[in-house]
Amino acid sequence: MRNKLAAGASLFILLILLSAVFAPLIATHNPAAVDSRSVLTGPSRQHIFGTDRLGRDIFSRIVYGSRISLSIGFIAVGIAVLIGVFLGAAAGYYGGKLDMALMRFVDLMLCFPTIFLILAVIALLEPSILNIMVVIGLTSWMGIARLVRAQVLTLKERDFVAAAKVMGAKDSWIIFRHLIPNAIGPVLVSATLGVGGAILIESALSFLGIGVQPPTPSWGNILMDGRATLGIAWWLTVFPGLFILFTVLSYNIIGEALRDLLEPRLKK
Amino acid sequence: MSVLEVMDLKTYFYTSHGVVKAVDGVSFNIEKGEVFGLVGESGSGKTLTALSILKLISFPGRIVDGRILFNGIDLLCSDDKLLRNIRGSKISIVFQEPASSFNPVFTIGEQITEAALVHQRIGRAAAKRKAMEYLERARIGDPKRIYNGYPHQLSGGTKQRAGIAMALVNSPDLIILDEPTTALDVTIQAQVLDMLDEIIHRERLSILFISHDLGVISRMCDSVAVMNKGRIVETGPVKNILNSPKEAYTVSLLESVKALS
Repeated sequence: MRNKLAAGASLFILLILLSAVFAPLIATHNPAAVDSRSVLTGPSRQHIFGTDRLGRDIFSRIVYGSRISLSIGFIAVGIAVLIGVFLGAAAGYYGGKLDMALMRFVDLMLCFPTIFLILAVIALLEPSILNIMVVIGLTSWMGIARLVRAQVLTLKERDFVAAAKVMGAKDSWIIFRHLIPNAIGPVLVSATLGVGGAILIESALSFLGIGVQPPTPSWGNILMDGRATLGIAWWLTVFPGLFILFTVLSYNIIGEALRDLLEPRLKK
Repeated sequence: MSVLEVMDLKTYFYTSHGVVKAVDGVSFNIEKGEVFGLVGESGSGKTLTALSILKLISFPGRIVDGRILFNGIDLLCSDDKLLRNIRGSKISIVFQEPASSFNPVFTIGEQITEAALVHQRIGRAAAKRKAMEYLERARIGDPKRIYNGYPHQLSGGTKQRAGIAMALVNSPDLIILDEPTTALDVTIQAQVLDMLDEIIHRERLSILFISHDLGVISRMCDSVAVMNKGRIVETGPVKNILNSPKEAYTVSLLESVKALS
């Protein structure tokens, strides 16, 4: 049952990825094309997810929006993983004052309500896609840093690390060759869950109007667009909402399945 | 000339319950081509002596005094870079637990090849041949299969042989064997000891052999030091010590073995 669920989730993510890559082939309309003759039309054969108040095709906008939402998810998590793995490994391996300083910095970062921190930073900078990726990445590495640190703390006591030291290995060699490869399992799980989280944050920011700026479509700002006409045109919010829901859910299911696979001891 | 001279080595641990004198004034010499045994009950400071020689003592432990001369160079005074170079290819160690002496994410072969590559000016293909050659020397039945195997796919005995192959691959001047057969069952232990015995004598290796097992020590070593509570109580040629012990502790250690058998 669990495996079927994970397989279904992977299939869904694969479909979304393919549609993001081949957006021009899959989209039925130009996502930015305004059509005054078909404003706020419900789902039909011509516009399968309906149109918005400017007559733009929602399906095409969702397909193009997946490019933005997914790339923000991946790149933000990529940044978080890089920072988290690097700082976590350094803290765990060197210990002492460096560990103390880095972990207190992690505590400090965790104390900020992330969404307000992001709001503040985006308000100061301009809300470009790049800025959003970087800001989400810079505010979501702490969990990974703690994970990697904990792993490294136990791994560095193992004999093969001592053997490598005896053979004259440099610290960098030990960290990158022996410690990080062995700590990567939980990071992979955390990163997969993190992609879902980053997509949610992007959607929230765009919904609040400080995320991806129109006319570039992202799932969050399509949702925001539909808010004004929620009472008369349900399809404007339901469809992008469903895509956000299923994508984030799929990432969470895949993350859980990976955890079971990589850490069988935690399996209930 | 001595390969290793340890003089008045003191390694203390500073814990919240006071100072633990794990190694307390240990001195011994290992000549070239000599197999030197370090025997004693668990907790007597054998392994910590070895770790001190390798400078692998970490907080709250500290080497507080003594000199360790390796080929005439004082390891305790040397800076890190020099230390890395001398101990790198010249000293190696085989640990007690074969399960944790290899990195689980790389194959056995990759790890031995890597060890050879780091310290010898040879290409990858040559290093690979060398790794294979040493696996054969450690009398591993199917070296090709073992070369491509991951640590979890091999038995403890095979892993320990591979560990010995890795320790040998850079032809070090000193090999520290820390209870190399303790984790193995009796039949495998005998095979591994045979193999070690042959390699040690054929290649005239200098060995520091740590064991709690007097039988293994008497079989493998030329000289032996008996340790108790961080000090060496008696040292000399294996035959003398085992046949006519002078110290009370050595006598009781020998008697405990007799009592068991």
